[in-house]
Amino acid sequence: MSQEGLRDLLVDDALTSRDAPDSVPIRRRPRPRFGRAAILIIAAAYFILPVYAALDFSLQNLQGHFSLQPLTQIASQPGFGAAVGLSFKLSVVTLVIELLLMVPTVIYVHLRLPRFRRVMEIITILPIVIPPIVLILGVLQAAKPFQWLSASPYLLALVYVILAMPFVYRSLDSGLGALDLKTLVEASRSLGAGWIATMWRVLIPNLRTALISASVLTLALVFGEYTMASLDLWTTVPVWIVNSSTNNPHIQVAVSMIFLIAMWLVLTIIVSLDRSHRRGKGQLS
Amino acid sequence: MAFTPSLDTALSLRGVEGRATSARNSLLRRLKTVLPVFPFVVYVALGLGVPTWIITNLAFRTRSGQLTMHNIRTITSGGQYLFGFETSLKLALVTSLIPGVVGTFLAYAIAQSDHEYFKRVLAAAAGVLANFGGVNLAFMFIAALGPAGLADAWLAHIHLNPWNHGFDLYKFSGVAFVYMYFQVPLMVLVITPALNGLRPQWREAASNLGASKRQYWRHVGLPVLMPPVLGSMLLLFGSGFSAYATAEAMTGGTIALTPIQIGAFLSGNVLSGEENIGYALGFGMIVILLVTVAGYTLLQRRTTRWLRA
Repeated sequence: MSQEGLRDLLVDDALTSRDAPDSVPIRRRPRPRFGRAAILIIAAAYFILPVYAALDFSLQNLQGHFSLQPLTQIASQPGFGAAVGLSFKLSVVTLVIELLLMVPTVIYVHLRLPRFRRVMEIITILPIVIPPIVLILGVLQAAKPFQWLSASPYLLALVYVILAMPFVYRSLDSGLGALDLKTLVEASRSLGAGWIATMWRVLIPNLRTALISASVLTLALVFGEYTMASLDLWTTVPVWIVNSSTNNPHIQVAVSMIFLIAMWLVLTIIVSLDRSHRRGKGQLS
Repeated sequence: MAFTPSLDTALSLRGVEGRATSARNSLLRRLKTVLPVFPFVVYVALGLGVPTWIITNLAFRTRSGQLTMHNIRTITSGGQYLFGFETSLKLALVTSLIPGVVGTFLAYAIAQSDHEYFKRVLAAAAGVLANFGGVNLAFMFIAALGPAGLADAWLAHIHLNPWNHGFDLYKFSGVAFVYMYFQVPLMVLVITPALNGLRPQWREAASNLGASKRQYWRHVGLPVLMPPVLGSMLLLFGSGFSAYATAEAMTGGTIALTPIQIGAFLSGNVLSGEENIGYALGFGMIVILLVTVAGYTLLQRRTTRWLRA
């Protein structure tokens, strides 16, 4: 009952805040806000200048002149291909386990066990809090008796599933919160769909944006994770960047920058997709 | 006379029995409702609970498995390990206070913008940068601010080469400066929902009652925002305290931070007789971070009272 009351309250608020923009133009004075501009410019400088400097550095040859050499040489560096391959395999395994574990659980909790949400919130904040370095310390010790596990790189994937939980849970939780889950499920069930069909053909398409952003964050995590991979002695991409015996530091920086730009591009694309998605929903209501 | 009690007993027995079966049924039903979350619970227990238990257990054992306080005493009685904790705590404090304040103002500046798309792009950028820790970040800053870095060259042009003013990218000041690169966006990410929860109606109500802008902030805005800001700072504290990869890649493990010391332990660089010190260090970190989370949860509870967005 309190749940219903809360929902009414939220709907009320949503309505009033949707009304709010109408009243805004009356209040607003066309006054430049210098404080705001100053904060944004200083922040932009702090965040953009290092990126620019590193990009510049990564496009230089050893003599310090502009050159595309570092980029063309990346692929031919010893061990780089193997590192990318390993990172890729780990990210796929991590993603599959993560989604199989989290999607049904979070949907079920939203539908049938809302009390468990608080518990999940607390549990999924723990991986942020327990440092990777401490976690791997315990994991390596725990896996020691199981030779097949401790000798396999996929031990890392199993731990990455834990590391990715906070992002994935939050993403799914807010995605599901934006749906009228009960109605969707009831409609689907009363039309004769089984649970699997409901999940696959109703819920997952509706959760597309949440799933994509969760997946991208997971991939970024696996491709960027250094602590555990290096201490478990597997050469993933970040470990390769640090350990590569190349005598050309421009290449190492170039790989780092490619990683940053790729992540940025993908996330910006998702944001744009999300925007069009929302607009479509707005027209419906 | 003798009949009544037995009837009573029978009735009450049946009652008990009925209650027992219904209790068993409801227990079964409850188990059935809880069953689908079992895989998740088991996974977390194995992946998070077991390792934590192992670390805690080994922190209090000698190498041959006897109970001991020796490890804990070693790390708390001075020397490099205590110094490591001190440096780590100092680093976490600096990189949670400054980015906490800066990030709040930045998030507010962004939240005040009217351009929805601009806000979304910046939110995505904050998401990228908050997760852009580690090796890539370290190498970016080595290229930018290292001894031969480009930003140094620019700054040297205006006679401000930071290396001549006590800055060393590979020491405390440098590591702290680099940490802010992911801590500020993290603060922006976690504080934005709270800022969006500040209802325009409150400001309108305040101004209808004759409050000035300053009075609004003093009596409404700040009191409402204080718990989430402090809570988010605690989160930043935890993140700064436990970061390893950035510092390791930048300094090559020369800076005395607890995570770096644990890393050295795991790589086998330990004195004999101190084999389990690593677990004690890990245990110490867990204790400090659990206190942090407890504080965070308390502040979060206060937050949700007002800012349930």
